[in-house]
Amino acid sequence: MAANAAPMLLLRDIDEPGLATREVYERRGGYESLRAALALSPEEVLGQLEASGLRGRGGAGFAMGKKVSFLPKGAIDKYLVCNADESEPGTFKDRELMQKSPHMLIEGIVIASFAAGASRSFIYIRGEYAQQADVLDAAVAEARAAGYVGEDILGSGHSLSLVVHRGAGAYICGEETGLLDSLEGKRGNPRLKPPFPANQGLYQGPTLINNVETLATVPAIIRMGGEEYAKLGVETSTGTKVVSVSGHVQRPGNYEIELGIPSREIIYGLAGGPPGGRAVKCWFPGGSSSPVLKAEDLDVPYDFDSLGKAGTMLGSGAIIVVDESTPILDVALKVAKFYRHESCGKCTPCREGTNWTVKMLERIDAGEATPMDLEIMASVQQHIMGNCLCVLGDAMAMPIGSMIAKFREEFEEHIERARARGGLGVVDSEQELTTPRAGA
Amino acid sequence: MSPRGWDAPADLEKEPAEIPDPASTPVPEQLRREIEAHMANYPDRRSATLPALEAAQRLHGWCSPQAMEQVACVMRLTPAYLESVASFYDMLETTPVGRHSVYVCTNISCSLCGADELYETIRAASAEDPEISVRSFECLGACDIAPMASVDGVYVGPLSDADVPRLLADVRDGRPVLPELQLARRPVADPNANTREFPAGQGDG
Repeated sequence: MAANAAPMLLLRDIDEPGLATREVYERRGGYESLRAALALSPEEVLGQLEASGLRGRGGAGFAMGKKVSFLPKGAIDKYLVCNADESEPGTFKDRELMQKSPHMLIEGIVIASFAAGASRSFIYIRGEYAQQADVLDAAVAEARAAGYVGEDILGSGHSLSLVVHRGAGAYICGEETGLLDSLEGKRGNPRLKPPFPANQGLYQGPTLINNVETLATVPAIIRMGGEEYAKLGVETSTGTKVVSVSGHVQRPGNYEIELGIPSREIIYGLAGGPPGGRAVKCWFPGGSSSPVLKAEDLDVPYDFDSLGKAGTMLGSGAIIVVDESTPILDVALKVAKFYRHESCGKCTPCREGTNWTVKMLERIDAGEATPMDLEIMASVQQHIMGNCLCVLGDAMAMPIGSMIAKFREEFEEHIERARARGGLGVVDSEQELTTPRAGA
Repeated sequence: MSPRGWDAPADLEKEPAEIPDPASTPVPEQLRREIEAHMANYPDRRSATLPALEAAQRLHGWCSPQAMEQVACVMRLTPAYLESVASFYDMLETTPVGRHSVYVCTNISCSLCGADELYETIRAASAEDPEISVRSFECLGACDIAPMASVDGVYVGPLSDADVPRLLADVRDGRPVLPELQLARRPVADPNANTREFPAGQGDG
C-alpha cells in the first residue's frame, strides 16, 4: 500500500551498497551539508536548526535548536554526546541508521558541534551493538582521514574530536545523566537535575546530548533549509520520523513517515496489521514506556501533541502491537519485569515499586490476588510517578497504570479464573485468557 | 542464577585491596597497550573503565579477580571500584562463563513472537555444553527480526525451534552463525526507502 508519501530524508539511500563508506556516501551528496554549514556562522546554523522545529527523536521530544541554544557561549570546553544507547524496548531505528549510514550521523554531529561550539564529541553506543560500533569506528577513521573530523575542519577553524564509546548493557544508560556517569567510567546512576547537562554535564562541562536520529536529520535540515523542513509534518511536530514497528504485525521494521499521519496507516498500511486477521488489542505508540492505547485509538494522528492529548506519548517512535491472542497480564508482567531488572536502585520508589508491581502481577497469575490488589497496584504506580531522579520508574508506572485503567475487566476476570483454578497457575487451553501466545 | 551486584554477600574479613603495585603485578603487554590507548581517548582516564574491563574480559573470559587486578594496575584504580562498575552492567561477567555467549532477547516484542519458548529450546539444547552460555536478555534492539538472538555479538533472526540445532552447530564449529538469518544482510522494511530520486543539482553527477 503506497499510502505513505513521506519524502525520504533518512532512508532515501539506506540500502545503497557501500553507503557505509565515505566514497559512496559522498557520491550520494554526503558531506555537502557540512561544507554549506561551515560557510555560515554558528549562529546562522543554529538559526536553521531552530527554524526547522526539529524535536528530539530519543524520547523526550525537546526542541533540538533550543537545546543547542541553552549551552553557554564563550571559549570553554564544551561537549557533544550522541546518545546511541537505544535500549527502549521496541526501538531499533538508530541501529539501522548507524549500521547502514554512519556518515550521515557523523556529518550531523560535526554540524551540530559547530553550532554549539563543542570541541569534543562522543558517540555512546550500547555494548550489544558491537557490529554497529565497528561500522562507526571505521567510518570515523575515514572521516578523520578526509578532514571532516579533527583539527581545523575543512579550513573553517572549527575543531572536533570524535570517539565511539561502547557501553556494557544497561537500559538506564540511555537516560542522559546516567549516560554521562557511565561515560565517565562509573555505574550508570542518573544525577539530580538541575543542573542540566547543558550547564553541567560531562566532566562538569556544558554538554549537548542528542539522539542518533536527531543528529542524523541535521544534514537534511541544512540541505533543505530549516523553514522548508518545518513545512513537513504538522505544526508542532515537524519533519519525518523513522518509526520502528514490531510485535504482532505482518511486516515489522523501520518506516520513515511524515509526522501527523493516522497511526492506523502505519500499523495497517505499512506494517500490515496483526497476522491471521486478528484484531489489535492494544498498542504502545512510543516504546514500552508509553501508556498503551486501544484499537479505538488507531486513528489518532501520529505526532507528539496528538499522542500527548490521547494520554500517551510518541517517545522513541517505537510502535509495539499486541493482538487479541495475548492476555494483558502477560504484557504487563513482561513490561514490569524489565523495569525491575533495569532499575539502578538509587531511588526507593522505583527500586521497590518495580519489585512490588512484579510481585503483585505474579500473585494475580498464581490465583492469590483479589480485585483490591488492583487498587493497591494502581496506587503504587502513582507513588512512583515524579518521585525519582529520573523517569525509569515512571516508564513502568505509565504503561502499567494505563493497562489497569483500560483493561480492568480483563484483570478482574483473570483474578477470578486463577482463584477458581485453585491458584495453581495451570494453563487451561479452553480458557481464552490463558491460551498460548500465537507465533507471528 | 548466580548472585549479582549487591545480592552477593561481601566478605568483611578480607583486607580492602589497594591499587596494585605495577612492580609486582604482571599485565599482558597487549592488554596494557589496549587499555592505555583507551585512556588516551578521554580527558579523564577513568572514562576508559568500560572499554578496559571489556578488553580484560575478552582476554580472561570473564571479569576474574586477576583481570580486575590487571585493569586496576594499568588504570591506577582500586579493584573494588572496578568491581562496583562491573557488577552494574549486564555484559560484564562477574562469574565464570562459557567461551561463547548466546543472548536471547525475551523482551516484549520478541516474547509476543514466541521468544520465551525459543529461549527454553536453546537452553535445553545447549545444557550439556559448558562452552556455550545462554542468557535471556533485555531488548536487544532488533524487534524487526523477532524472535532473535545475539550469538557472540552477531544478530540472527527470526529464529524458530528448527534453527536451533544448526545455530549451536555453527557456534561449536566456529562457522558464521546462520548466515542467511543475519541481521546485517536484511534490507529496510520501508517500501518507499531507496528511492534514488534526487532534488535538482544533487546526486550522482
